[in-house]
Amino acid sequence: MKTTQQLEKQLKRHSKAAKLEIWGKVVSFSALLLIVAVVVGIIGFVASKGIATFTSNHVNLWDFLTEKKWNPGITDANGKPEVGALPMIVGSFLITILSAIVATPFAIGTAVFMNEISPNKGAKILQPVTELLVGIPSVVYGFIGLSVVVPATRAIFGGSGFGVLSGTCVLFVMILPTVTSMSVDALRSVPRYYREASLALGATQWQTIYKVVLRAATPGLMTAVVFGMARAFGEALAVQMVIGNAALMPGSLVDPAATLTSVLTTGIGNTVMGSLQNNALWSLALVLLLMSLVFNLIIRLIGRKGRLQ
Amino acid sequence: MSKKRWWQAIGAVIIVALGIFAYQTRQVSHAGESITAVGSTALQPLVEAAGEQYTGEHLGTFINVQGGGTGTGLSQIQGGAVQIGNSDLFAGEQKGIKAAALIDHRVAVVGITPIINRKIGLKNLTTQQLIQVFTGQVTNWRELGGSNVPVVLINRAQGSGTRATFEQFGLTNHRSKTAQEQDSSGMVRQIVATTPGAISYVAFSYVNSTVQALSLNGIKPTEDNVKTNRWRIWSYEHLYTKGQPHGLTKRFIQYVQSPAIQQTLVRQLGYLSPDQMKVERDVHGNVTRLEGGKS
Repeated sequence: MKTTQQLEKQLKRHSKAAKLEIWGKVVSFSALLLIVAVVVGIIGFVASKGIATFTSNHVNLWDFLTEKKWNPGITDANGKPEVGALPMIVGSFLITILSAIVATPFAIGTAVFMNEISPNKGAKILQPVTELLVGIPSVVYGFIGLSVVVPATRAIFGGSGFGVLSGTCVLFVMILPTVTSMSVDALRSVPRYYREASLALGATQWQTIYKVVLRAATPGLMTAVVFGMARAFGEALAVQMVIGNAALMPGSLVDPAATLTSVLTTGIGNTVMGSLQNNALWSLALVLLLMSLVFNLIIRLIGRKGRLQ
Repeated sequence: MSKKRWWQAIGAVIIVALGIFAYQTRQVSHAGESITAVGSTALQPLVEAAGEQYTGEHLGTFINVQGGGTGTGLSQIQGGAVQIGNSDLFAGEQKGIKAAALIDHRVAVVGITPIINRKIGLKNLTTQQLIQVFTGQVTNWRELGGSNVPVVLINRAQGSGTRATFEQFGLTNHRSKTAQEQDSSGMVRQIVATTPGAISYVAFSYVNSTVQALSLNGIKPTEDNVKTNRWRIWSYEHLYTKGQPHGLTKRFIQYVQSPAIQQTLVRQLGYLSPDQMKVERDVHGNVTRLEGGKS
């Protein structure tokens, strides 16, 4: 016979399941905390280093964004260091946008084929192929670019072969699988009855695809493209290997150029922590980080707009 | 016993066996000393090879060699994060480095030569012509008597020791105009070999038959000309320590500077030994003749 006290204790005690529950919550919450701390840490670190160029080295932010000469080790006639990041910013945007323009039709075409025209073959052949492409490391793309794309560009257009065009070619192949698989998801999320209704009204398959499915999937497709652009913008190694790394405004597509990432990877080992050259590179990293943030915001915005419709 | 239990038992046995194996074959370290050398990628092969030989001869020591670039090497040694900083440049030449706190140990001399694509058909330039090419005043090789191809400049990355040396002594302190930048000498050679009209510069050890090394003012880029400073584009390779080295660091640096390494490894890897030099150059580029030369 138990006393009330014992009974109360027994009832109020956490059961095994409840303990497990608490344990699970603690683990997942601490994992979350760790991730948040890491993200905040990275942003804080890059920002503090990147801002130092403007605070402790007194570089004008506007000059940094609009000047065209990038020689952080050298001061110009007015005694100001030459840290004009415009060529790199332009270079990054140029190859990002160009590769997205080239990749989008291929990606959407593949997605339409896989999802609308021939789902069976699509699932059997194209799905594994795109997945395989996603998994190839970027250095492999860069190496192929170096040994195939660059000589080809040189043979056709002359010059050194290193340049915006080669960078675009390599990036196009790199972002294609990402954009394709996300486009497939977008098309798949279009409800089946849209297609059925369209076909029932007498529309052909092409009319259905063009006027109904693609229209309904537009927000998803745009997300896919922006996602691909975000990847292209942040890609460093493969681009650095083929673009030529000349901090110049590209005059034509076969001129060598530089991107934010390529200048960062080539330069960071040759500078000394805390010096202006080093801080200027961190400022480039900050620009890169902010741009990734902008791409993320655009993706969110498109997603929200898609949901409202 | 259930099947699952069996697998668990086998797994446990394997783990224990591996553990015993690892214990038996572990690196037996008597002194357990280790040092880290970081920096210049041009110097890395020499330090790596010397480090391997040294640890082979002195069991229980470990010399960890990493690249990262001259800037990284100097900033890491200045911060005291590593024991040796490898550098292509005098510490005083790198911005942001307080050279007074660092001690210089010269372990090799490297000669640098301009290289051009073979099809240009030139073998000699004057310094004036070289400067014109690198500052963009000459844009076609025809103007200098070569074939009719546009000049394609290939630079090393900003802050690279090779580039700094080349601009200081090859271009007599003129700055190259902004052009393509590559971050390794092997890559530079490959591009020059395959691109019509390309010109760049590499250490002597990178020159091979795929590219044309240029003579300057009629002087050939040879080791003998470097020794006498007739060929002016050369630099020391430095191991920097923060304060006087001691312990393993000291022994290792002495080892690298000893004849055992200087007369074998240094020359095999395409460097010159500072002992061979008949001249000495200081941080400002002033050259003094060494009387008789060291042994």
